Amino acid sequence: MEYTPREMMAIAAGRFIKDGDVLFGGTGVAMLAATVAKRIHAPHAHIFFETGGIGPELAELPMAVADSRVMAFGNLNAGLVEAFSYVANRRLHTIAFLGAAQIDRYGNLNSTVIGDYLHPTVRFSGSGGACDAGSLASGYIVFMQHGVRKFVEKLDYLTTPGWLGGGDSRRRAGYRRGGPIAVVTDLCVLRFHEETHEMYLAERYAGVTPAQVQENTGFALDVSRSTVAEPPSAEELRILRDEVDPQRLILG
Amino acid sequence: MAEHNGLDGKLMSVGEAVERFVPDGAQIAVGGFTINRNPMAVVYEIARRRVKGLHLVAHSNGQALDLLIGAGCVARLEVAYGGNGRFAPTCFRFRKAVERGEILVEDYTNNQMSLRFLAGSLNVPFIPSKSGLGTDVVGREGFPPELRGRDGVPKKKVVVLDDPFGHEDDEVVLLPAVTPDVAVIHAQQVSTDSTVRIKGLTFADLEQCKAASAVIVSCEEIVPESYLRLDPDQNALPPFLVDAVVRVPYGAHPTACGWFYDYDPVHLNHYKAVAGDDARFAAYLEEWVYGIESWDAYLDKVGGAQLARIRANTVSGYAPGLDRR
Repeated sequence: MEYTPREMMAIAAGRFIKDGDVLFGGTGVAMLAATVAKRIHAPHAHIFFETGGIGPELAELPMAVADSRVMAFGNLNAGLVEAFSYVANRRLHTIAFLGAAQIDRYGNLNSTVIGDYLHPTVRFSGSGGACDAGSLASGYIVFMQHGVRKFVEKLDYLTTPGWLGGGDSRRRAGYRRGGPIAVVTDLCVLRFHEETHEMYLAERYAGVTPAQVQENTGFALDVSRSTVAEPPSAEELRILRDEVDPQRLILG
Repeated sequence: MAEHNGLDGKLMSVGEAVERFVPDGAQIAVGGFTINRNPMAVVYEIARRRVKGLHLVAHSNGQALDLLIGAGCVARLEVAYGGNGRFAPTCFRFRKAVERGEILVEDYTNNQMSLRFLAGSLNVPFIPSKSGLGTDVVGREGFPPELRGRDGVPKKKVVVLDDPFGHEDDEVVLLPAVTPDVAVIHAQQVSTDSTVRIKGLTFADLEQCKAASAVIVSCEEIVPESYLRLDPDQNALPPFLVDAVVRVPYGAHPTACGWFYDYDPVHLNHYKAVAGDDARFAAYLEEWVYGIESWDAYLDKVGGAQLARIRANTVSGYAPGLDRR
């Protein structure tokens, strides 16, 4: 069965979601993964948005976290201050989906600038709620297109805290939970070593070689223990295409 | 209807509201979030009047932020996010202005900015957060030192310190309060005694308004005071915080206003197509902002059929099946 990398990404990310998790929804593929996870893998997961939309029905795909579709038939509607009280809530296991322009080996993210901060070559949107999710949530999953300009040795700007300098540096910085769980790209799924917190190749998609992943990564990557990811099932693809994003707003 | 009582003198035109409350150099907070409930009619008027030197304090105010920057109204920006959902991963004029060094930018996060507004509303000088430790958001300043400590710019961007309540090795980020000169929001309903009702998410609108020295509310409709008093649980702001009320149907266009209309994909796609190019953006401003003599003319230009297409379903609050490609 044919499928696109973006479809694989949404489904691969959705598999990280456990039934009952509380999901912090983002935009783009992140939005798709949260929606697809709820439809396929985790019907009892709860989705909420930093804008304050808590548990919306999501009969139609929102195109931004402030879309009126995140306010429809939900558990409740709130605002930003209240939404972050769910992100940070110590009772909840909150998982965020984030994208970025650059990522380093410890899963720190840059979504602010390329070049010098005060005189940037390229300016991006900035943190939004990404730094907050990276700081406060129980964990986050990153979506990236794989490439050496995105997987870099050193970020031009550290917007979202991952494992910071690796080891226990995240804890030493003052964080008591959280950090990146996985990175889902158009080639593979990467995870983080339990102690060093360095990124490694966990699963590569069918037809992708470990060498190909390393070639597209701007730092040395442990590719020695990877397996081949389970391809999407016909049912997963049907739900994704026909029910979640029929206008292909995000699938393209 | 009692609309004609002028709401104790608060009911006014967009022109009068901007004239009175948005002078050159004002520190301004704008309500809404990316593609929803941006007070665009007031924003267009600010641009039309060529207000200069604004200090915009924002969390993620997509369309309003980009229009104000693109029209050259903004000198300084404190912001969490300059994007507009799928219509602009990075807002076009924001990006250009920063890359060209035309505006000064200080980056914060959504949690930080909403807390800063909350601090302003509570009249406390700062508020702690656990967000941003070890990042450049906390470690790097965008505003130059000579700007610090004057004209509404806090002395420092943030202060990081150990939890003073004694938890060892547990740092917090102290964020300075924001107290804008004026907050501008768009609401669905304002009553004849100027109570405000917002349907759907309030974003940080309420904290922005409570932190500001003056509040302009544009609205879809003015309703009897007795109606909003039937269900006060649903009301967002009391009359005594509201300084100006402007009735502008479709006043958030091309952003959405829940239960009244959806965002306008035709307009936002057009904006996306032109906003990255200086000449085409200048033509856009001429066509949609400077050259528009009245709000009626603006709506005529959008067109009745398009306004009908984006009209929200009164139950779901958005336009089901709207072609959003």
